[in-house]
Amino acid sequence: MPAPSLTPSKADRPRRSPPRPAGGPPPAGSRLARAVRRNLTAHAFLVGAVLCFGFFSWYPMVREFLLAFQQTEGGRTTWVGLDNLTTVYHDPAFWQAWRNTALFTVLALVLGFAVPFAVAVVINELRHGKGYLRLLVYLPVMLPPVASVLLFKYLYDPGYGLLNELLGLLGLPGQQWLQDPDTSMLSVVLAATWMNMGGAALVYLAALQGIPGELYEAAELDGAGLFRKIWHVTIPQTRLVLSLMLLMQIIATMQVFVEPFLLTGGAGPEGSTTTVVNLIYQYAFNFNNYGAAAALGLLLLVLLAGFSAAYVRLGRAEDE
Amino acid sequence: MSTRTLISPAQLARPRGKILYWVTFALVVALFTLVFLGPLYWLVSSGFKDAQEVIRTPPTLVPGSFEPDNYRRAWQVMDLAGLLFNTLYYAFGALAFQLVLDVAAAYSLSRLRPVLGNVVLGMMLATLMIPATVLVVPQYLTVLDVPVFERNLLNTPWAIWLPSVANAFNIFLLKRFFDSVPGELLDAAAMDGASPLRTLRSVVLPLSRPILGVVSIFAIVGVWKDFLWPMLTLPDPGRQTLNVGIYSLSNGVPVNVLIAALTIASLPTLLIFLVFQRNIMSGLTAGGLKG
Repeated sequence: MPAPSLTPSKADRPRRSPPRPAGGPPPAGSRLARAVRRNLTAHAFLVGAVLCFGFFSWYPMVREFLLAFQQTEGGRTTWVGLDNLTTVYHDPAFWQAWRNTALFTVLALVLGFAVPFAVAVVINELRHGKGYLRLLVYLPVMLPPVASVLLFKYLYDPGYGLLNELLGLLGLPGQQWLQDPDTSMLSVVLAATWMNMGGAALVYLAALQGIPGELYEAAELDGAGLFRKIWHVTIPQTRLVLSLMLLMQIIATMQVFVEPFLLTGGAGPEGSTTTVVNLIYQYAFNFNNYGAAAALGLLLLVLLAGFSAAYVRLGRAEDE
Repeated sequence: MSTRTLISPAQLARPRGKILYWVTFALVVALFTLVFLGPLYWLVSSGFKDAQEVIRTPPTLVPGSFEPDNYRRAWQVMDLAGLLFNTLYYAFGALAFQLVLDVAAAYSLSRLRPVLGNVVLGMMLATLMIPATVLVVPQYLTVLDVPVFERNLLNTPWAIWLPSVANAFNIFLLKRFFDSVPGELLDAAAMDGASPLRTLRSVVLPLSRPILGVVSIFAIVGVWKDFLWPMLTLPDPGRQTLNVGIYSLSNGVPVNVLIAALTIASLPTLLIFLVFQRNIMSGLTAGGLKG
């Protein structure tokens, strides 16, 4: 190491800085000290985020497991074993909430999985206006959810809503939408799909752009038509992305809360839009029964753990 | 975008292919505009209608009445200025905390390699496996009474800021980016006697602008779009966010004023999106699918 040279560019200070120790082999025994110091610095950088994770992620995780087997009354917390689980299980709302959630998930996948993929394929084929269409599809994702939801409430209104008017133009009868138990969940899904499909469509689009053109040329030489090309080239080439998105959407839609909550107060006609997370919310914040809320949450966690694990394993495959 | 796709250029070049292409193109553009821009047009135009017209059947496509006053009333009645200020305050605070603490942690995990760093990283990424909604109840109870410190964070910005730092996706994204910074640059900085902090500031961060942009946009949009958490932790009407404030007042105002309020609430994110769309799009694909 050269001795530090005095650069004239620095303003002369009246006080002379103490001479720096010349670099050289460090004195014996300080290797440990240096390692400790290096580690202290590294941990100092980590500590803020670790504390936030500790208080707001890791501790609540542990707490969730404890809460599920506890009851707190008048400030006294007692262990109640499986009581919370049986309470939740025997609630008439329990099976209805699971059925509603499953219905939402199925409908949301039929719409929210197939539609964005089709949209991505179409945008990818066009030679013009790609940027504009991409922008359009992603626009609703950026809106505050309350704005989208209340706008849909206004569009759905059976009295003065625009949607029934449009149906009338097509010669179809008007619907009760959110007010009819038969159509309420479908209405929620339609709104949720409009709000959220942009993200999926853009991810598919990125995947489609990575397909080598030669594959299509080879398929054409074999005499494949449009649909056989989609079936034998496009879908196999994007299979990994499609499976990842499918798992992600299952995990997300099983936890749907905001759309039913805002559109129908989280209940809907005859409880037809109460989802599992809506029910968790009701236990915790309407009835102050944190034990029941945690127990139901635990069931949801266990159910989704399999999907999460599959997602992580697939994600590793994608990295390699 | 020079690679060919499903349909061969030869097919498109034929007259029949050309006609088909342009018909399809026109249909697609019309349909997309109707489906995605139509509701937004409906939102803005209905905000200008008077109280009778907004609930008239059949609805009018072009407002027959013109009442820009709705927007002024919405601004005043719902105290949108206050809600907007709150939301910005929470959003930029969350951004500052995330940038400082998550960047520092990701840098440490990526480059300083502390003892047990991999364990910490694993525990952070494990949080991605837990469904977020399941943790809302215990997180809420934590905010009511933070252990060790024994503080109640209800109705304080800390209830938004601190949990926003516990974002494994940020850590993942930032660490992956820092891993890709060439080691020679960092070695050179170390040879010059730069401290880790100095290296981070002068070498790593200037290279990381794109990823910092992505993290920033997602941090702000995240606070802007969140509903359940701010509803639970900020019950005081004077401290609410736009989403929660508008929702809680939505039953007490006339329909046209409410719609005007929704339009005002939508404008900021739409502007952010139009200005930063390039960064947002790249962020969506950079982070791949691990959202």
